[in-house]
Amino acid sequence: MPEISRRTVLKGAGAMLGAAAFARAVAPASAWVANLSVDEFLQRHYKELSRDEMAAVLARLEAETEEKYGVRVQIQDVRPQPGVQFGYALNLSICIGCRKCAEACQIENNHDRRTNNSYIRVLEMQKGSLDLERGTAIYEHAVPQPDKFYMPVQCHQCDNAPCVKVCPVDATWKESDGIVVVDYNWCIGCRYCEAACPYHARRFNWTAPEIRGEEINPDQSYLSNRVRPQGVMEKCTFCLHRIRKGRLPACLEVCPTGARVFGNLLDPDSEIRWVLANKRVFVLKEELGTRPRFFYFFDK
Amino acid sequence: MPHTHETGAPARPPVDALLSYPQFLWKALGVATDGGLMFYAWMTALTAVFLVGVNAYTWQLVHGQGVTAMTDHVSWGMYIGNFTYAVGLAAGAVMMVIPAYLYKDRETHDVVIVGEILAIAAIVVAIGFVSVDLGRPDKLWHMTPWIGRMNWPSSMLTWDVVVLTVYLLINLHVVGYLLYMRFLGRSPNPKWYLPFVFVSIFWAVSIHSVTAFLYSGLGGRPFWNTAILAPRFIATAFVAGPAFIVIALQVVRRLTSFHVGDGAIRTLISILRVTMVLNLFLVGSELFTEFYTGGNHTASAQYLYFGLHGKNALVPWIWSALTMNVLATILLHVSSAHTHLWRIDIACALALLGIWIEKGIGLIVPGFVPSTLHEIVEYLPNQIEWKISLGVWALGLIVFTLGLKLAVAVFTNEMRVEPSKRNS
Repeated sequence: MPEISRRTVLKGAGAMLGAAAFARAVAPASAWVANLSVDEFLQRHYKELSRDEMAAVLARLEAETEEKYGVRVQIQDVRPQPGVQFGYALNLSICIGCRKCAEACQIENNHDRRTNNSYIRVLEMQKGSLDLERGTAIYEHAVPQPDKFYMPVQCHQCDNAPCVKVCPVDATWKESDGIVVVDYNWCIGCRYCEAACPYHARRFNWTAPEIRGEEINPDQSYLSNRVRPQGVMEKCTFCLHRIRKGRLPACLEVCPTGARVFGNLLDPDSEIRWVLANKRVFVLKEELGTRPRFFYFFDK
Repeated sequence: MPHTHETGAPARPPVDALLSYPQFLWKALGVATDGGLMFYAWMTALTAVFLVGVNAYTWQLVHGQGVTAMTDHVSWGMYIGNFTYAVGLAAGAVMMVIPAYLYKDRETHDVVIVGEILAIAAIVVAIGFVSVDLGRPDKLWHMTPWIGRMNWPSSMLTWDVVVLTVYLLINLHVVGYLLYMRFLGRSPNPKWYLPFVFVSIFWAVSIHSVTAFLYSGLGGRPFWNTAILAPRFIATAFVAGPAFIVIALQVVRRLTSFHVGDGAIRTLISILRVTMVLNLFLVGSELFTEFYTGGNHTASAQYLYFGLHGKNALVPWIWSALTMNVLATILLHVSSAHTHLWRIDIACALALLGIWIEKGIGLIVPGFVPSTLHEIVEYLPNQIEWKISLGVWALGLIVFTLGLKLAVAVFTNEMRVEPSKRNS
């Protein structure tokens, strides 16, 4: 038997010590690994799922929500309708900055309550200037202030969307009715889209969303308001689970002044078409060439 | 030329490689785990830092990136800053390959392997930093070509993944091939490595240009949306790479029996004297355009250098960086490698740190401040981010140290194939 040198013994001891230290260092990850499911890991991209596969995914997601939040929800895969191109316009002359829209968005879309998240950010702007530099999203006084006007900003569903262009894995794309969506189960969480968006429209799930079971809106869809997983991007979809079934976005329904106009751009008799044809309309940061589907206009 | 193709050598039976390659790996493992007291102390320290990083990372993995200082306003920070810097370090290593292979600088050629090993280690660091930045590392397979859904050619991030992976493979091949041949006591066949070396020169420029395009292609971020970004990245890379190697070569010379000639160090210093000035010129051009033009597009630069609306977290950082870079440039030009090598070393250290700030935190964070809706939310890395970042760098240094140790063992003939195994 060959003699084992002192050095070899020491090396062996060192290697064992290192392995033990490594095991100790990664021990907290067991909680993360326990949450992974094989089905979830192997799930294909939204566009590659057959009808049956999608049904299985939806059932799994419903079961997961019930297990985590103790509430039964219905998650549907609501597809776009042919012959529909959605557009949204907002009347800056009558918006009073009450932020009811932001609140309705939070409730409708099952946002994280701890961070008071919403897809809508309302800017209080100085009259006489459209310079965002002179606006602020943080105001806690009565509205409207006489020297201010108010500009809610949400996803502009750009036709030339920088977020879609930069996504490395095709986890976000533009649907045939013009809505930019995210497959939350395909997103890798690199946040390149968040850096690319010129309108601060995207949000990242920095932690698992905190929301009480009884606050969850059970009417959900795969591409919009289902409760999101930790570590992925999310964004406004104009409430596609509502609009694709002929309803209006939650932010519009709640608006007390009627500042919001929503509709099918292909319908010549729609209110949105009338606004675009007759009002002084502009889009935000037009010079960037993003071609938004969200328009602002003035009455007077 | 040190490498000439051996002529007239009898063709070796295939069984030879089957036995000698496992032997090469086995002996490499021995070399990697064997050394003096200082080697063990260094490796233990690096491993300890690495494990602290691993532990912090598992914490982040479980609780989400909410444990970092990043927000929806500043959605990239320390990790992506370090990623950018590490890509530069990898690309900068080519500044040894060019004099060694294109200009046939003999002394640089003898130690060019150090640069190639640095490229490998730096790519490991760069990939490490993108990985710890991902919200869903379990979904990384979605980016694999054909198996996942790679959004190529539209997304610059897919380009970056491709060029970084290929650059890593090229350098692994060149280093692995040269060491293995040397280990066998055979002359390397230029056919099997020279084409790769020349491709690597072009490739080094490509990895850093593509990394710059990641940022400069975003119209919504005026601070990054500048055509000068890619040239600036290349200039800083060609500072950081050579500066790191100048210090590394002296460490190798002092601690091992590997011969490092003064010529290689002098060549690198000459390169540094040019690239440092070039970098300062490009920074100056950027600053002129930003501040002379004025308007909203200047807001980020204003925030970075002077603070904006009372928010000024990055001001001390960027002025430190600028001071270090200017000081390093002056020191490099007034010092001679013959008489005052220590002053050159200080200049290199200052340049490494200065560029790390300028191109890390100093480039990534102001891109987000003010935000696209002109809100000012500040960011500085927190403890978790520091721990994870140091852990990734420790991993890079472990790779670099082991690579160097293996190269030195092979080049000094300490590690050779055993003759008995070569008899078929």
